[in-house]
Amino acid sequence: MEYILLIISAILVNNIVFAQTLGICPFLGVSSKISSSVGMGAAVVFVITIATLITFLINQYILVPLELGFLQTLAYILVIAALVQMVEIILKKTSPSLYAALGIFLPLITTNCAVLGVAISVIQKEFNLAQSVVYGFATAVGFALALVIMAGIREQLELGNVPKGMKGGPITLVTAGILALAFMGFANLV
Amino acid sequence: MSSNINHWKVFSKGIIKENPALVLMLGMCPTLGVTSSAINGLGMGLATTFVLILSNMLISALKSLIPDKVRIPCFIVVIAAFVTIVDLLIQGFVPSLAESLGMFIPLIVVNCIVLGRAEAFASKNGVFASFLDGLGMGLGFTLALTLLGILREALGAGKFFGMSFIGGGDGIIAFVLAPGAFIILGFLIALVRRLSAKN
Repeated sequence: MEYILLIISAILVNNIVFAQTLGICPFLGVSSKISSSVGMGAAVVFVITIATLITFLINQYILVPLELGFLQTLAYILVIAALVQMVEIILKKTSPSLYAALGIFLPLITTNCAVLGVAISVIQKEFNLAQSVVYGFATAVGFALALVIMAGIREQLELGNVPKGMKGGPITLVTAGILALAFMGFANLV
Repeated sequence: MSSNINHWKVFSKGIIKENPALVLMLGMCPTLGVTSSAINGLGMGLATTFVLILSNMLISALKSLIPDKVRIPCFIVVIAAFVTIVDLLIQGFVPSLAESLGMFIPLIVVNCIVLGRAEAFASKNGVFASFLDGLGMGLGFTLALTLLGILREALGAGKFFGMSFIGGGDGIIAFVLAPGAFIILGFLIALVRRLSAKN
């Protein structure tokens, strides 16, 4: 039950894009087509889940015992960058079809602040290992959901008559704002 | 070489013409995340400016030592080191700001502006020019964040830098939360485009 609440809260109530405003760069950059948004969403779910697991273990068994808490930011970003590279290499060898689907999105993920954001926030929220991984996974699903919804709307917006100054970035931001208002409706769900 | 670079142009381009947040649309996460009040926007902008100037200068000084193939990881390590310094300084001297900015201070590491300037400018230019570039881009970012913070605070809480307007109400709470950030930033970018199209 506790985990179900955690999942619902991470996906809908505290959606990483619409409530926490993290991961905005890929959200704006890769949300113009549904097909690529699904690919990016899947890659992010994959990387965030593994990154949360590994950074949690590093914090628990290396940084905390050695009292190196001040190296957290430095250690995490290096681990995430290395991890993304490793995932890319492993996928290329073991599952070429998955690599073909996710491949081009993987290098973009290093600069996705959602990955580092989740890794830092599970430490701040003092979750245990299982809670951290579930939270990481659910948050990433929330990101994928936001991305796919946005892509669906933007495909329709292409056909609309948008004022010249509002084309591209501004109209996307305003649309995201209205979506975020809708997501506020989930506020008292959990 | 260096005399060919117009120092004033290097400094001023980041403030309006290539403003990182309002024109290039980089560093959107902190732009949206921390601007719930003007003072938070200003604090975040200055913290980013500090990191931007120092990382630009160090990367520019080290540019001949950094092998080309591993330059991105090297840049990230330099940036992460300065972000940790800023994080500890803010926690030590302005704990109230540290509390309201929270996670967004360590997230300066993944702010695309900092890495972007390192890659696009500091790795190709001298130390002084990189300093000016960092200062200009940082001030442009600070300006955008403070402006967004002022607008959100005024609409959402009816305040200006924490002071209530005379006869002001409570404001529309959604503008302090995430939806207001998206909507106001969208209109602000459209306004900047409109104004720059006229010139």
